Parts: sequence; C-alpha cells; structure tokens
Amino acid sequence: MNLKLELTKRKKELMSTHKITTQKVNFKVFRFNADEDYLPYYEDYSMDVTSEEVVLDILNRIKWDHDGSFSYRRSCRHGICGACAIKVNGRSTLACKESMTTMIEYFGNEMTIEPLSTKRAIKDMIIDKGDFWKKHEAATPYVVDEIDETPELENLLSPAEADALNDADLCIQCGACHYACPVVEINEDFMGPAAFAAAYRFEADVRDGDESRLTDVNQMGSGVWDCVKCFECAEVCPKDVNPIEKIGQLHNMLFQSGKAESNVATRHAVGFEKSIKKNGVLDEGGLVLYSEMAGIVKHVPVALKMFSKGKIVPPWGITKSQNLDEIQKLVKSSTTAKF
Amino acid sequence: MEKLKYALFTGCTAKQSTPEQMMSTMAVAEKLGIELIELTEASCCGASHLQDYDDFLSLVLNARNIAYAEKHDLTMVTICNTCQLNTAMTKHRLDNNADLKAKVNEKLAEVGLEYKGTSKVTHFLYAIIDDIGLDKIKEMVVTPLSQFNIAPFYGCHNIRPSELQNESHDKAENPYNPTSLDDLIIACGGKNVDYDEKNKCCGFHAELQAPKTAATLTGNAIAGAMDGNADWMVTPCPLCHLKLDTQTHHASEAIGREVALPVLHMQQMLGLALGCDQSTLGMKHHLTKVDFV
Ligand code: SF4
Ligand code: SF4
Ligand code: SF4
Ligand code: FES
Repeated sequence: MNLKLELTKRKKELMSTHKITTQKVNFKVFRFNADEDYLPYYEDYSMDVTSEEVVLDILNRIKWDHDGSFSYRRSCRHGICGACAIKVNGRSTLACKESMTTMIEYFGNEMTIEPLSTKRAIKDMIIDKGDFWKKHEAATPYVVDEIDETPELENLLSPAEADALNDADLCIQCGACHYACPVVEINEDFMGPAAFAAAYRFEADVRDGDESRLTDVNQMGSGVWDCVKCFECAEVCPKDVNPIEKIGQLHNMLFQSGKAESNVATRHAVGFEKSIKKNGVLDEGGLVLYSEMAGIVKHVPVALKMFSKGKIVPPWGITKSQNLDEIQKLVKSSTTAKF
Repeated sequence: MEKLKYALFTGCTAKQSTPEQMMSTMAVAEKLGIELIELTEASCCGASHLQDYDDFLSLVLNARNIAYAEKHDLTMVTICNTCQLNTAMTKHRLDNNADLKAKVNEKLAEVGLEYKGTSKVTHFLYAIIDDIGLDKIKEMVVTPLSQFNIAPFYGCHNIRPSELQNESHDKAENPYNPTSLDDLIIACGGKNVDYDEKNKCCGFHAELQAPKTAATLTGNAIAGAMDGNADWMVTPCPLCHLKLDTQTHHASEAIGREVALPVLHMQQMLGLALGCDQSTLGMKHHLTKVDFV
C-alpha cells in the first residue's frame, strides 16, 4: 500500500477511536464593572461542555452566545502571551491551555469562574495587574552588562549555560502563580513567585553582571525568606517554571556568593547544619535560640507552656542519631555552602 | 495476610516537641498489626531549610537515610509531611538523574553506604490506606467517632507538588480536593468538615522569619474549621500540629479574632476509634486542651 493511503487509513482508525464526550457543567461567573457597579455579582450559565474544549472556549461562548458585554483578556490563544489567566474554583488557570476535561476531573460539574484577584477586578475577568508588574520590575528582569556598541559577534549562551536557566526563561508573566500565592494575598510587600523566578533567570545568566539583584530579593519582609513553601506556585504554573524551586536556588546562590548577612532567616537555615553536625537530628530549642538570638524572648511564654506539657527536650536529653560519625564525616565532605 | 512491616523515619519533631505523635504512632501500629523498625541511624531531613543553605548536602543526608531503609529491604514510612517531601524529593531527583546519583553515592561510599533506589518512601497515612485499606480499618473501629464534626487539615507537603506526591501512593490525591484524610475520618465514624483552608498552608516554615504572615495563615485555618462547625481538627503533619495547637495566641492576634480548636494527630484520631488505651495517645501533651475525651 502506498504511504498516503496508509496514512489516511491510520487517520480514519484514530478518528473512530477518539471519542468526543459531552457533559453539562454549571458555571457561576463573576461579573463586575468598576465604572457602574457598587458590588460584584455572579451570573449563572449552564452549558454542554465537550472534552475537546479549553477554559477559554467557555469564556468565548459566554460572550458570543449569552452576553456580549462579558470581558476578559486573551490574545495568542496558544499559551504564549500570558493574558488569559483567570481562576476556576479558586485555582489559577491559563484559560487557553487548560482543558475542561482536567477541570471537570479536579472540580466536578459545578464551577466558579473568577478573575485572578477579585479585589483587583476592573471589569469581569480583567484585573489591574499593576502590583505584579511593579514587583517584577523590582527583580531587575533583564541582563545587566556593559554593552559593546559595535559587536563583532553575537553574545550567545552555550547549551550548558542555557540549561542552567532551568526553564525559568519559559515564564510568560501570566500572574497565575502570583495570585495563587497565599503570602502575596496577605503581605502586599512580598515580591511573589514570578518576580523570584525572573530574578533567578537573570542571576543564572552568565552574561549578567548585576550587583544588587540578589540582595534585593533577599530583603526580609518582601523577599524570598518570607515564602512559606506551600508549593501553590509550582502547582499552578502552566509553563512548569516551578517558582518555589527557583526560590530555593536563590537561597543557595546567596550563600554561595558569600553575600548572606547574618539575620534570623539565614541563621535558621545554617542552624540546621550546625545541629545535624552535633546531633544528627535537630535540636529544636537550640535552633530557635541560634536563629533568634536576643529575639528569643518573644518565644518564652509559649516555650514555658510547651515545657510544662513535656514538649521541650533540653539539649542534654536529645537522642543523637546512631552512627553519628558517618553523618559528621558526610557534613564535612559534602558541604558546598559557606556562611 | 503477612504482617506489614515498614522502616520508620520518625523525623525530629516526634522525638521532641510532639511526643504524643510518637506514642500514638506506636499504639496505632500495634492495633493494626504493623511492625515498625525505627531508623535510629537517620539524621534530620533538613526540613527544607538545610536545602536552602546547602542543597547537595541535604541530598546526601537524605539519601543516607533512605539507604538504611534499603538495607532492611523495607518501604520507608514517614510521619511528618515535610520529612515526606524532602525524602521523596531526594528519591525522585536521584532516581531520575544518574549523574547526580553517582555524585551522591561517591560521598556515601566514604561511609560504606550506597543509595540504590529500591525502597519506596510514603507517608504513614497513605501506607495504611494503600496497604490495609479503608474498609478494613472501618471494620476494626470499636469506638466510632460519630458524635464529632472533624476538620481535616492536610498540610502542603503531603499534597503539593502533586506530581511528586502522587508517585508515593496508589490513588492519586487531587491537590484541590484531597480526600485521603476525609476518607479516614469517615472510616473512623466521624463527620468530615469541608472548609476552604483544608488544603492550604499553616505558615510553619516562615514562623521565625515572617511571624505575622505565618500567624495569619494559622489563624485563617483554625477560623475556617471553626466556621465549618468543627469540634476539632486532625492533621497528618506534626509541624502543622505545632502551629495549630501551640500558636493560637499569635494566630488570634494576627487575624483579630479569638481562635482555638483541639488539634489531633491523625494517629491519635485513629487510636481513639480503634480503642487504644487513652494513656497511650498522649493527649496531655497538647497546649489547646483536648476536652472531649
Ligand atoms: S511556595 Fe512560596 S512563593 Fe510559592 S506560592 Fe507558596 S508562599 Fe508563594
Ligand atoms: S512562573 Fe508560571 S505561573 Fe508564574 S507568571 Fe510565570 S508562567 Fe505564569
Ligand atoms: S521536617 Fe522537621 S520534623 Fe521532619 S525530620 Fe525534618 S526537622 Fe525533623
Ligand atoms: S491567550 Fe495568550 S496565553 Fe492564553
């Protein structure tokens, strides 16, 4: 059989086994027009959703079939421009990429469609993303270098150097992670996962010569140390950028660069090594003391209560790991960081 | 059925600030006919903080812990979400990167050990669900907890990142709608409370560096459970437990509302339902009084 016929036959076979299924989904859709409405409200729509559709198809159908005033952002519909991120049942979702089948698997047949951040809503799904961009900018998201104005060669990265960016360069600034982060929600100074991923992307670039970025993102109160390590950002990112991993790498870079200042956060990280070297296991009380130094006083009331309930083991009561000599030898030979 | 046997990685907390968790783990294991071989050689998992300081060192130490479970030829069970995360993450990275594994093994060879990748690593919660089964547990319940509304608190490091976590157990857990702990509550005869914060973060890992953030998250979690009409909360993670049980004062201050609920370890809940002697469950070690037993 010739190749063309063979392919047509294969295609027919595939089409016959590929079944498109349909099911009813009830949507509650956030509506708000900052120019006219005092409060937001929710509109209900019931639709037959096919297994072929993505979330953006639903937004389109609401606009095209139900209410032409319904507003949302989209441009590329290929997961590239980053414009279309919204929330489905509270979960940040890139509308043009996320399949409705996955959403039904996650949430069943009742779905609430909201903008990434309801408190920043301007019109329906459209939000004021100003805080996101401001924080992004604070991470110096570009290569800082002396520019040769008449270059003779392109300034290229080797494959290994490009690999070191560890996919942080795939970020499309959609904001899905930023508005999924519980710390962004409660601390308006916190730079957020996307800004940190950007900071990592340029810190890891061998062409970059910026001096201040690493210390900028390590500020207490707004920087990487305020991350609670919940992995929400890694879970939602449509490009698998894994921002929390980049946050860990920024911590590592700080220690490797020798720029780590002594503060409660850095001592807390280093304290683990100290404790492991001494006991194998952690000396919890000792760790808090080493991290906080004089700040320990604020923990005293709770510590006393814990002590009275048998929840604090004094340093001499700690059961050290067996074969502690192995652990000590490994700490000595495998340590790569300095403080 | 052959007797279930696991290598137990206790982590540090169960040996220090949550002695009740250690006690109840042993009590429940005995009731369920599980033999636990404690990995007394193990070091701390680094709790994600050593990882911030020195990633490679933390890989070496966690690989060493797993190597001891491999020596026993047993599945390693953890009883702390963060231990589970760091151990499973180490396993995942080494099993998927031959170069990294070789580098780590070069170090382990210095102390006569080798990481092979032969032992599974799973949290005790999933071990009992997978290997004993909820139906069997239900049959074994002697004191159904039917008078209680119980709020499950999953803890981040058992459910996210879901791709990694779902390597460690049979039934995939949906990070947006997890069910394992709810299922266990139901198997124990209790009524599971549904509330928004059940799969959210308690803030533990930023407690020292960002106390206000951490306390707000803790407060929101307890408030969510209270508003869901919970009598008490239950968690598989001793770190979540510490936050929810001992930090109610800071949490109440942070959110401007008095919040407190008894918080049980999942082992204590199971122990109550299975009829373990209460003195073996350590309720007297809680700061927020367990007032219903
Ligand atoms: S892991 Fe950190 S940065 Fe990522 S969502 Fe959680 S708190 Fe935010
Ligand atoms: S890291 Fe991922 S989720 Fe966050 S802005 Fe970039 S692409 Fe979007
Ligand atoms: S996570 Fe915490 S409790 Fe678990 S081993 Fe590490 S330090 Fe100990
Ligand atoms: S429309 Fe461009 S990313 Fe979705």
